[in-house]
Amino acid sequence: MPPIVNQGVPLTAYLTLSAVLFTLGVAGFLFRKSLITVFMSIELMLNAVNLTFVAFSYKLDKVDGHLFTFFVMVVAAAEAAVGLAIILTVFKNRSTLLVDDVDSMKL
Amino acid sequence: MDALLFGLFATIAVVCGFVMVTQKHPITSALSLVGVMGSLAILYLLLGAPFIAAAQLIVYAGAIMVLFLFVIMLLNAGAEPKPARSSLLAKVIGIPLIIALLGMLSFLIHLTVPPADTMVKFGGNTPGSPEAVGRALFTTYLLPFEVTSVLVLIAILGAVVLARKEMD
Repeated sequence: MPPIVNQGVPLTAYLTLSAVLFTLGVAGFLFRKSLITVFMSIELMLNAVNLTFVAFSYKLDKVDGHLFTFFVMVVAAAEAAVGLAIILTVFKNRSTLLVDDVDSMKL
Repeated sequence: MDALLFGLFATIAVVCGFVMVTQKHPITSALSLVGVMGSLAILYLLLGAPFIAAAQLIVYAGAIMVLFLFVIMLLNAGAEPKPARSSLLAKVIGIPLIIALLGMLSFLIHLTVPPADTMVKFGGNTPGSPEAVGRALFTTYLLPFEVTSVLVLIAILGAVVLARKEMD
């Protein structure tokens, strides 16, 4: 009995998955009304880009892409801490979480 | 086996991402995002990146999403209300434009990377062992690493200043 040939997955499948997740993130960022969900959509986009970094790191057999992913994670953690503090302050002052109601800088 | 695992976890990631965008309640969105991050961690393992997979689970699914859930529950954020006036233009033009963005990204991918160029197999290339990541982090990328620590310090101070109680 011949061994089952393990074909693997083409690299483009990973990149296409990343594109799909990024597009979902963009859609959430544009269509959603709640500040927190808009913020979560940004995290989804960052995750999609991380997948691209790791996929190309596999193709080139180099560790550099993983380091970029690591730094993106650190920046995302810092961004989440500051962003959620801003959301807390907005809610304390305006008692709303809807992006449509926070428009005092709109012309 | 690789195709099976990739298909399973890619499906979970896309379904969870879709649920995150379409659900109205922020708690549902946050838990779906945890699902996306967990399945991405498995895909990182398939791509030979065990350190990044562990960091993904600990930092993203563990720390950042717990922070999100904490804030959602602290603010008692409920479901989004129905908008008083929903823009027809946004629905008619927005959704086709989103699909066009996906089409352009996929076209670019298939243009730059030939389809059968690289096959990803578990254990094929393993560039991202913890040893290799640590070695690169503390030699080639030492300066960015140190700058990152300053960034995190500033973020801590910013969060404390922004969220503190007003003293007056």
